[in-house]
Amino acid sequence: MTAINLGVDIGGTFTDVVLEVGERLHSTKVLTTYAAPEEAILAGLAQVCAQADVEPARITRILHGTTLATNALIERKGAKTAFITTDGFRDVIEMRTESRFEQYDLNLVLPDPLIARDCRFTLHERVDAGGNVLIPLDDAEVEALAARLEDFDSIAIGFLHSYANPEHEHRVADILAARFPAKSLSLSSEVSPQIREYERFNTTCANAYVRPMMADYLGRLKARLAEAGADCPVFLMHSGGGLMSLEAARQFPVRLVESGPAGGAIFAADLARRHGLDRVLSFDMGGTTAKICLIRGGTPKTARVFEVARTYRFKKGSGMPISIPVIDMVEIGAGGGSLGSVDALGRIQAGPESAGSEPGPAAYGRGGSRPAVTDADLILGRLDPDNFAGGSIPLKPEASETALAEHIGQRLDLDALTAAYGLSEMVDENMANAARVHAVENGEDLAGYTMIAFGGAAPLHAGRLCEKLGLTRLLVPPGAGVGSAIGFLRAPYAYEATRSLVMRLDAFDAEAARELLAALRDEAESFVRDCAPEADISTETVLHMRYRGQGWDIPVPLPDRLEAGAIQEAFEAAYSNLFGRTVAGLVPEVTVWALSAATPLRPIEPVAGAPAGETATGTERQLFDASTGALAAAGALERTALGDGTVIAGPAIVTEAETTIIVPRGFTAKGRADGTIDIRKSS
Amino acid sequence: MSVANQIIWNRLIAIVEEQAQALVRTAFSTSVREAGDLSAGVYDQAGNMLAQAVTGTPGHVNAMAEAVGHFIREIGEMHEGDTYITNDPWKGTGHLHDITVVTPVFHKARHVGFFACTAHVVDIGGRGFGADGDSVYEEGLQIPIMRFADRGMVDETLIRIIRTNTRTPDQLVGDIYALAACNDVGLARLRDTLEEYGADDLEEISAFILDASRTATIERIAALPRASAKGHMRIDGYTAPVDLHVRLETHDDHILCDFAGTSGTDPKGINVPEVYTRAYAAYALKCTIAPDIPNNTASLEPFRVTAPRGSILNAPRPAPVALRHIIGHLIPDTVFDALDQILPGRVPAEGAGALCNFQLSIFGPESEHEVLTFNSGGTGARPTLDGLNATAFPSGVMTMPVEATEHSGPVIIWRKELRADSGGEGTCRGGLGQHMEVGVPDGHRFVFSAMFDRVDHPARGRAGGGAGAPTIVERSDGTRLGGKGRSAVPEGQTVRLAFPGGGGYGPPEKRPEEARERDRRLGYVSREDE
Repeated sequence: MTAINLGVDIGGTFTDVVLEVGERLHSTKVLTTYAAPEEAILAGLAQVCAQADVEPARITRILHGTTLATNALIERKGAKTAFITTDGFRDVIEMRTESRFEQYDLNLVLPDPLIARDCRFTLHERVDAGGNVLIPLDDAEVEALAARLEDFDSIAIGFLHSYANPEHEHRVADILAARFPAKSLSLSSEVSPQIREYERFNTTCANAYVRPMMADYLGRLKARLAEAGADCPVFLMHSGGGLMSLEAARQFPVRLVESGPAGGAIFAADLARRHGLDRVLSFDMGGTTAKICLIRGGTPKTARVFEVARTYRFKKGSGMPISIPVIDMVEIGAGGGSLGSVDALGRIQAGPESAGSEPGPAAYGRGGSRPAVTDADLILGRLDPDNFAGGSIPLKPEASETALAEHIGQRLDLDALTAAYGLSEMVDENMANAARVHAVENGEDLAGYTMIAFGGAAPLHAGRLCEKLGLTRLLVPPGAGVGSAIGFLRAPYAYEATRSLVMRLDAFDAEAARELLAALRDEAESFVRDCAPEADISTETVLHMRYRGQGWDIPVPLPDRLEAGAIQEAFEAAYSNLFGRTVAGLVPEVTVWALSAATPLRPIEPVAGAPAGETATGTERQLFDASTGALAAAGALERTALGDGTVIAGPAIVTEAETTIIVPRGFTAKGRADGTIDIRKSS
Repeated sequence: MSVANQIIWNRLIAIVEEQAQALVRTAFSTSVREAGDLSAGVYDQAGNMLAQAVTGTPGHVNAMAEAVGHFIREIGEMHEGDTYITNDPWKGTGHLHDITVVTPVFHKARHVGFFACTAHVVDIGGRGFGADGDSVYEEGLQIPIMRFADRGMVDETLIRIIRTNTRTPDQLVGDIYALAACNDVGLARLRDTLEEYGADDLEEISAFILDASRTATIERIAALPRASAKGHMRIDGYTAPVDLHVRLETHDDHILCDFAGTSGTDPKGINVPEVYTRAYAAYALKCTIAPDIPNNTASLEPFRVTAPRGSILNAPRPAPVALRHIIGHLIPDTVFDALDQILPGRVPAEGAGALCNFQLSIFGPESEHEVLTFNSGGTGARPTLDGLNATAFPSGVMTMPVEATEHSGPVIIWRKELRADSGGEGTCRGGLGQHMEVGVPDGHRFVFSAMFDRVDHPARGRAGGGAGAPTIVERSDGTRLGGKGRSAVPEGQTVRLAFPGGGGYGPPEKRPEEARERDRRLGYVSREDE
């Protein structure tokens, strides 16, 4: 029997639903229903099932990712939550890093802590850096504290150095669970067992904060799907790019944060594997933000900490850290809706303020008077006013022109066309700069990378971005508008277990290391086993290492032998690969031990080399040419006209309902067998 | 203005950001990689700073703007592949612990500009980091402006001298290489950019950036009332209290900021080279008057800062300067005292000012350890907003995580949390300071090196607001300790620290009842008489 999988991505504006029946994909977009998000899913489910002529009962699996947890953190709409911590450290999540993320703003406002001070409680207890108990926990004090916790729905528990010794957290949880069987408890040693108290405590508080709401939602969803006949297992996409069980998601909902964008990265990684690409930059640009991710060897780069809910122009440090295994992405305020303006120095600014969907860019004619990137794209000839979003939103170029002239042109003495070019260049430049800094932070040089572009606005800007970054190849896959939901269908069941334990290689304790890795293996495999009892499970162990004295660690795959000499060799190889040379005379140490267990990725079918095909020319349209600074003739054609092997030389415009692909001068686009548009710099 | 110039300016700012990130990633000193005590910038061929990473702290950021000029004067002929270095406090950024590395940029065989970066290293030899030196000669190894690499060849003699004279040679040499490498990252990106835009040099973009920045800054200054005002603040100092005096004068196209009347140099290492004074005075003026204009030579130029030679704010060589930050960080509050008279309702009340740093020398049965931490008190209340709790101002550095600090040596931090009742009363309340308590495990003893001010001179309120709470340093047996200098702590005892709060703004009786209720609910204020 054919497997039938349903991928569902709840985004800020749309809920994307994709049904995969064998090799065929059926997709739809439904407006997100905030009050009861499952409603949009059921509506979408009905639509795609009708499209495919499939009964919901025949669906094998449902794979789900959502921004609901992220939104609850951004909008501060979570449970009434208490936090219990070590005496003397009540304010860790409020004091943050004790720094200002914007140096020159005298009226800076720091974000409020997720859990207010009067909801944070302390207990006398203390464990040292080695995990030894300095002050034992007093059960009577816990009982006394419990009396003050009646009113809270959810409780987070985080003690210093609990990643090294979780006993006190467990004891507190046991006492509270006995007294309040219905309250949700989140322990820092389980949610995020990593060194650095601010990140660990904040992650635990975030988990506790969203847990009651997410647990309710997931329970309702399961029930409603069953009522609709789709009584199959539901799995959740987690931020690390794998699937987890519904039950695990109800316990650790913080792991769902950024699961939508993670699906996008998996979507790009799958395409990279099919096209045999080792180094890929995925570029996902929608209405308000752009996300950039590095993919090596078919696997997206991962990180252990990221930041959500930035409160100040997407500025680093203005949000809150979440330390969980996560696909490492840089997200900036750059999208089709990003508004253009001119600052006090006469510099064009693009975003991060966005026109959103209401009123939208000036061209929508819904009352927006300020120019957005979409307005610039229209004036530069990249968009067809009569064919935007499949013709569902007619665009008004006069409104765009007026907005650009008023808000940028007149200030800088530029005509509307040049103002549009300036705005477009600035947003592209912001994205290029973010990509460059992200590459450096990951020790990568972008030379030799291929870009994969998806999301509604990405194919309009990807070509220029490639030019700016010196990339010579760009792929635009089909289904670019619902990439994340398709990505869920491609994700493995995966779980990464991590533990912080600092171990110097000159005092390497192989016995302790073996025990720790065995415990990590049990934890990771049991999570995967819950989802896929029969599947093969492969594991991979990565040691995060540095020279003693450094602050940043680098990932080092565990060599075959668990002994200091072999690990040192592997570390030195990885270090010199990143930074050019090793540092003689210093001792390396392991800081974090990470073991991931996963089911195999689906076998890929490599995309066949394209046959020599026809050369298309398209119909003539005017498109802005950056090299001459003027509009010039370009060939325009429908995406469906670029069949396997058919080529068109840039400048060219490839249109479809979901987006428009711009092929710059000096690049050539070719249709591929899988429907991908393969754009390369002409040699 | 051309779109290309706009893009290149934006690009330069991104390039120096990339340069700074490369430094953080490869550095060894905790001060650089955890606390971000660094800066990075790009310069034209004449030594004008064009862009600077927003990462970093004003003492570095603004001081480094001047550094490249000294290199141009002293190095002589420059070649591709050269790298220069110094830690001269008077030509770099104010103390020997800051290493500045400058790399000339060659494009198409022509010298077109420079990259420079600075970082605070943990050890530079001498007596170690502290206020106790009697002259700069005791504070560590001095590296004059010289070549670190000549056409790509590193000066091995210099490396040997550095290694022999410092306590943690591997880390220090590692940090110097990290500084050189981060300039190289910038250099490669700049060449790509010039290539992409078909530019042969930085002349056109330099003129564009400097003109736009100068014009915009002068416009802001021109809009100020023409006035002059005096400011004064008395602080603890080390051997005697220090009076900081300033006079501001606004002119059509510049602001004069003169520290005449300020106390003379201190015999101990809290003196400030004038470059560091200029850096923090300009920072205070800039963040009030022109916060959104990017930092470069032209946007700093209209702030003309001077201090009399021989004063603590213009200490001549060989005055000891290791802890110049303690006085330097209090310069903005002094400037605000005067600026408030010209621009009422704009500047905050006084705050903790200086970072509340301390270092422990820990002696165990078999080993010795040095542990350094950075911490902050409260900032002054703003005209319409409360001060920030336990947040660095004017410095831009971060604190280190307690769990990471406890892994770096045998130290136990027993307490690190907000200090209730330490914010000055006012319509807007001062930011809270913090409590810390620090000790060592059984079988160890330690020497505590204090680097604090505001023990005897707490942050004053503004416009009727009350003062913040002062700094308190004491042993667990109740013995009070001084705000500066080293003291041995007997085995079994801890040191308790209460870091200062910021001053309040406006009359306390006008504080809204909701704000008072919130303060009580959150435990920011516990006093019954509030």
